[in-house]
Amino acid sequence: MKQGTGLPVFPGVAIGTPVVYRKAARSMPVAAADPAVEQKKFEDALETARAQLTALYECATRDVGEEQAAIVEVQMMMLDDLDYLEAISAEISAGSAAAQAVLKCGEEFASAFAEMDDEYMKARAADVRDISQRIADILCGSEGFALPEGRFILVAEDLGPSETIQLPRERILAFVTRQGSLSSHTAILARTLNIPSLVQADLALRDAENCTTLAVDGGAGTWTTDPDDATLNMLNARRQEVEAGRATLEAYRGRQSITKNGKKILLCANIGCAEDADAALSADAEGVGLMRSEFLYLGRNTLPTEEELFNAYRRVAQTMAGKPVVIRTLDIGADKQADYLNLPKEENPALGLRGLRLCLSRPDIFIPQLRAIYRASAFGKLHIMFPMVTSVWEVQRAKAMCERVRADLERQGVMVEKIPIGVMIETPAAAVIAPELAKEVDFFSVGTNDLTQYTLAIDRQNAGLGEFYDPHHPAVLALMAYIAKSAQEAGIWAGICGELGADPELTIRFINMGYTELSMAPGRVLALRKLVCESEE
Amino acid sequence: MKQFTYTVTDALGIHARPAGQLAKMAAGFKSNISLDTPNGKADAKRIMGVMRLAVKKDMTVTITCEGEDEEAACAALSAFFAETL
Repeated sequence: MKQGTGLPVFPGVAIGTPVVYRKAARSMPVAAADPAVEQKKFEDALETARAQLTALYECATRDVGEEQAAIVEVQMMMLDDLDYLEAISAEISAGSAAAQAVLKCGEEFASAFAEMDDEYMKARAADVRDISQRIADILCGSEGFALPEGRFILVAEDLGPSETIQLPRERILAFVTRQGSLSSHTAILARTLNIPSLVQADLALRDAENCTTLAVDGGAGTWTTDPDDATLNMLNARRQEVEAGRATLEAYRGRQSITKNGKKILLCANIGCAEDADAALSADAEGVGLMRSEFLYLGRNTLPTEEELFNAYRRVAQTMAGKPVVIRTLDIGADKQADYLNLPKEENPALGLRGLRLCLSRPDIFIPQLRAIYRASAFGKLHIMFPMVTSVWEVQRAKAMCERVRADLERQGVMVEKIPIGVMIETPAAAVIAPELAKEVDFFSVGTNDLTQYTLAIDRQNAGLGEFYDPHHPAVLALMAYIAKSAQEAGIWAGICGELGADPELTIRFINMGYTELSMAPGRVLALRKLVCESEE
Repeated sequence: MKQFTYTVTDALGIHARPAGQLAKMAAGFKSNISLDTPNGKADAKRIMGVMRLAVKKDMTVTITCEGEDEEAACAALSAFFAETL
């Protein structure tokens, strides 16, 4: 049994056989024939691609509906775009084989879209890649992917729009993709068809292939391979709860989260990218308790510019319209890195140059991010949070950098307010020195996933450690009580943004400890609000 | 040379589909047709170029037609903008 998380697209529980979708392997011609011959091959392939898309368009209009058919229509138009066709012909004239020319130009056009500030246009990069892939497949004589009989859970690195449309949707129990976003075609389809799904899931394709049963919880945003009986019972209970509870929970929409004794708890959402703020709002979250910044940095070839970051943060600030938003500064390390960062390979990345450590040693990465957050703070109620802290001096130095960025902006005539600064408590060291850290910051948020892993010295991804892994271990709970007490004594607030934040078995206990904010997958907010409102505390 | 300006009222702006419809319609004329926007300029006959301008609601754009059928092109396109965007 292995477990992990992903960004929830549609709530619900699915348990079934996983099928890993891989793009068919293609044999790429190495040498190009005479350019005139390659150009002719390209034009023939283009003709075939047009015919395929026309057939797909008719099928989509009939079976999937107008919205999906419009995607194919746009692709047909892109296929006739003169900029695109001329670029490919030029590449062929320069000596490239047709298939290589198509993929190269396709990638160039896709990148141009991917780099745009507009979320909608960004997502169109997938359409350009999709048509280029289609032409290349035709040129290389590649055959499509064969799906098995019966119902299954589809696991993929990512799914192109035309791939998504061609899937037999009545047989799909759930989608799990390693990439994609809440506005990708797969996510849109999943929401339209009410299929529990995850995007940006940390499920290795190899693990999905090697298991016989995969369980997906599209509300909590978790996946489990070969669940044991206890997990299976829990998931089945969740499934019933989801089905029975949806209507009951709606009654809690728009209400405050207050216990019967009048303790007010702020229930917030964890989000991965700017567009997820919409999901947070529609889930009735009272703020964003954790905005991860990683997806702005991963899956690309260059550092995001200050402008790109600013646009993303501004969008979240504006969407949340005055509700608090906690932005965690970049939290990556050797295990989750982008090639362009050139981070040295590490023996033990979980204990390596990561989180705030990386940011402090790389001002070229940190400063533009801080500037972007400060500039965006004019549009809403932003907070800054540093991950992976172990010492007071780290926080002092990071705070000094924040103040310098703020002062610089002010000198340049950009009016910026002071922003609340907090630390994520996720190392045992940070928990133990919580009273000292509390003097430096405005809030704490406990990252329970890492705090548990570091406290228990247990790798959660390691299936062999199953029985030793206890998410309710007394050591972790004792640290958490101490963290909350230290925060209270210093007069700052403490919240929880790890998985335990949405654990209904512990909610009351956390409230008693003194936590006043819980942040979770958007789909869990209403369930937790019901719990809080019914509690006697 | 004929031209007209138009302020986009569609909530989504010139997104993929209208960009494609515009390109298709423009391609039906012999005239050179350009789209001038606060985000830059593009050949209206090329969908990707038009999309990359990411024209939003409330932006004012100028369409310029130049060639033997500029009169007809301008009339057809201004009707298209009024109706679609």
